[in-house]
Amino acid sequence: MRPLRAGRPTTPARRRARRDPAPSRLAYRLHRLWLTPLFRGIIRIGLPVALILGGGIAYLSDDARREDLQAWLAEQRRAFEERPEFVVKLMAIDGASAELAEDIREAVPIDFPVSQFDLDLEHIRRTIAGLDAVAEAEVSLRGQGVLQVSVRQRVPVVVWRGRREIALLDETGHRVAAVIARAMRPDLPLIAGDGADRAVPEALRLMAAAEPLKARLRGLVRMGERRWDLVLDRDQRILLPEGDPVTALERVLALDAATDLLARDITTIDMRIPARPTLRLGPGAREAFRMINLFELEEGAVGQ
Amino acid sequence: MSDLHARQRAMRAMRKAAMQRGVIAVLDVGSSKIACLVLRFDGAERIAGDEGVGSLAGQSTFRVIGAATTRSRGVRFGEVEAMGETERAIRTALQSAQKMANQRVDHVIVGFSGARVRSYGLAGSIGLEETAVSEQDVARVLAACDMPDIGEGREVLHAQPVNFALDHRSGLTDPRGQIGNRLSVDMHMLTVDGAAVHNLLRCINRCDLEVAGLASAAYTSGISTLVEDEQELGAACIDMGGAVTGISIFMKKHMIYADSVRLGGDHITLDISKGLQVPLATAERIKTLNGGAVATGMDDRDMIELGGDSGDWEHDRRTASRAELIGIMRPRIEEILEEVRLRLDAAGFECLPSQQIVLTGGVSQIPGLDGLAARILGNSVRLGRPLRVQGLPQAATGPAFSAVVGLSLFAAHPQDEWWDFEMPAERYPARSLRRAMRWFKENW
Repeated sequence: MRPLRAGRPTTPARRRARRDPAPSRLAYRLHRLWLTPLFRGIIRIGLPVALILGGGIAYLSDDARREDLQAWLAEQRRAFEERPEFVVKLMAIDGASAELAEDIREAVPIDFPVSQFDLDLEHIRRTIAGLDAVAEAEVSLRGQGVLQVSVRQRVPVVVWRGRREIALLDETGHRVAAVIARAMRPDLPLIAGDGADRAVPEALRLMAAAEPLKARLRGLVRMGERRWDLVLDRDQRILLPEGDPVTALERVLALDAATDLLARDITTIDMRIPARPTLRLGPGAREAFRMINLFELEEGAVGQ
Repeated sequence: MSDLHARQRAMRAMRKAAMQRGVIAVLDVGSSKIACLVLRFDGAERIAGDEGVGSLAGQSTFRVIGAATTRSRGVRFGEVEAMGETERAIRTALQSAQKMANQRVDHVIVGFSGARVRSYGLAGSIGLEETAVSEQDVARVLAACDMPDIGEGREVLHAQPVNFALDHRSGLTDPRGQIGNRLSVDMHMLTVDGAAVHNLLRCINRCDLEVAGLASAAYTSGISTLVEDEQELGAACIDMGGAVTGISIFMKKHMIYADSVRLGGDHITLDISKGLQVPLATAERIKTLNGGAVATGMDDRDMIELGGDSGDWEHDRRTASRAELIGIMRPRIEEILEEVRLRLDAAGFECLPSQQIVLTGGVSQIPGLDGLAARILGNSVRLGRPLRVQGLPQAATGPAFSAVVGLSLFAAHPQDEWWDFEMPAERYPARSLRRAMRWFKENW
C-alpha cells in the first residue's frame, strides 16, 4: 500500500509503525456533522451572534445598568467635547461698525469659553443675518478657538418718516436703524408716507432727477401707497403720476427753466395726468388773477 | 429478478441525486488497501466553455477534490471477513478524503475485486410487432434473454447489452427506429456472490453512506487503463491486486468477459516472509524496494539487509542476495500468470482480432514483470497506468490506483445496463397506473 499524503517515513521505527488509526464512530459522525454546511454556518456565525446578542440583551435588561451605561456614555462624550482643542474662547467680528458689533454680541449671547460642539453655527448665522443692519453674515470657526463672524453692513441712503418711527433705509428699502430725529442725519434725503419704504429705488431716482431743486427740496411723500409728491419749501408740491414719474418731473423742471414756474406763487403743480399739467395758484396769485380777469372784462366792455 | 431490477434502479436514482448535489465518493475496497476519491461534478459545459477542450473520455466533467488511502483491515480476497474492522477501515479512508475535500459526502460508488465474479453471455431474440424497433421492443428483447442458472445465493452485478442484431445485420449499438423483422441481443452478465456483496453494503451503510452504484474492480480497471482502440479491437486488462487478480476482456467498447484469480501480491509477500524468515512488514518492504521478476548476474552480488530486532546479532544482521529474493518471487508470479493464461484460454481470448494484454495493479510494478508476462501470456503485453483525471494527486496516478480511477470514470459515465432500459409492459403489475398510462400513450 502506498500512502497518498504524509511525508516519507524516515526512520525504520517510524516506517514500521506508521499510525493509521481508524476514527471512532462518534468522531466520524461529528466530523461529518461538522462538514455539513448548514451546521457549520450555525456554529460559526449563528452561535457567536446569538451569544453576543443574548449577552447584550441580558446585560441591558436591567434598568440600573442601562442608566449607568447611558451616564457613562454621556460622560465620555462630555469629556471628549471639552478637550482644549475644541474650546471656543472668543468671537471675532469683521466688517461691522462698533455699535453693530455690540448689537451682534447682544443678539448672540454666548458664554465663552464654550465647546464647539455646543455651537449651532447655522443658527447663529441666521440670528445675525436677521439683524436689520446686516446684509450678509458668515460664521465660521477659526483655529485657536476663535468664532469668526464676517458681516456686510447695510448702508442707509434715505430717512423715512413713518407712522411709528423715523427710520434709516438702505437702497432696497430695508430698514437699517431707527433715529430719534430727522435732524440726526441731515445728509440723507427724507421720504414719508405709508409704503414709502417699498418704493425706495424709485424715490432715489426721483431724488437724482430733482438735483436742480436740491436747495428747495424738502422731501418726497408717498401718496396712497402708489405715487409720489415732491415737496418743496413754501409748501409747494409737485404731484407726480403713478407711471413714469421721472419724466413728469423733468417736464416740470423744463417748465421751470423756461418760465421760472416754481418761483411764482403756485402751491401745486399737478402732473397726475401727464398730458394735462394743472396749476393751483396761491391765494395772492389767485386774487391777482381774478383782478386781471375782471380788468380784462371791463376793458372789453368799454371797448365794445 | 424484479427485486434486482428495483435495487439497481434505486442505485441509479441515488447516483442521479448525487450528481445533482455535485459531490460523490468512489470507494475501492481492496485486500491490501482501501482507496477513496471524492469527486466534484461541475457540469461539462462550463469546463468545455473555459478551455475549449471537449470531453476527454468523460473525465473532464468531474474533478477529484479529495483522495485518501488506508491499509485494508478485515478484507480477505476482496471480501469482507471481519465486518467491524472493514467498517473502521472504510471510515478512516472516507474521513480523510472528506477532510481533504472539506466537504461532506453522502453517496458512494463501491468497487470490489472479490466475491467470485463469473461471467455469462446471454442471447435473446424476438419477432418485431411493427416494422420499426421501438423502446418497448428493446425492453422485450432484453427480457427475452434466457436466464442461465447462476447458482444459489448469487446476484447479478452487471448486465450490459453488448450487441444488437436486426435480421442479418449485426453489430448495432442502437437499433431503435430501424426496420426489420427479428431483433436479437447479446448480453454480458456478471454475477457475484450475494453474501459477500451484502456484507460489503452493510459495512458501508454502517458508515452512514448511501450506495449509489456497485462495480467490479476488474471492470473499472479496464475502463481506466485500456485506451480507446484497445477497448474497440479487443484487449484484456489484468488487474494484479493484493489478493485477487482480476481479468476483464473488452471488445467493441464493451466488457465481454470477466474473471478473477484468487492470487496476488500478498501471496508473493507471504512467500518472501516464509522463505527469508522475516516478518510480513519487512517482506513487503523488501518486495517493493528490491523485488524483481528476472534475475541477472549483478543480482547475485546485490545483498539485501534483512534486519530484525530479536536482539540476536547474528539473526539481525542476516542478508540475502537479490537473486535469492527473485528466486522466491518468480515462481509465484509465474503461477499467477499461468492461472491468468488458463482463464484467458477458457474465455477464448485467442479468437479476438487484437490480443493486447494490459497489466495493471500494484503487482505490475515489479521490475521485469512485462518480460515475464510476455513469455507466458503472449507478445503484446504492456504495463498500464490509469487515465489521468483532473485533480488526482500525483501519488494516486500509479497502476495500483487503476481500479479507483476507473470507478470515478464509471461514476461519471456509467454504461447502459439492463436496468437502465425501459421495463417491458408485460412486466408491470396488472393494475398499475403506469400500465394504464402506457396503454393510453400507445393507443392514441
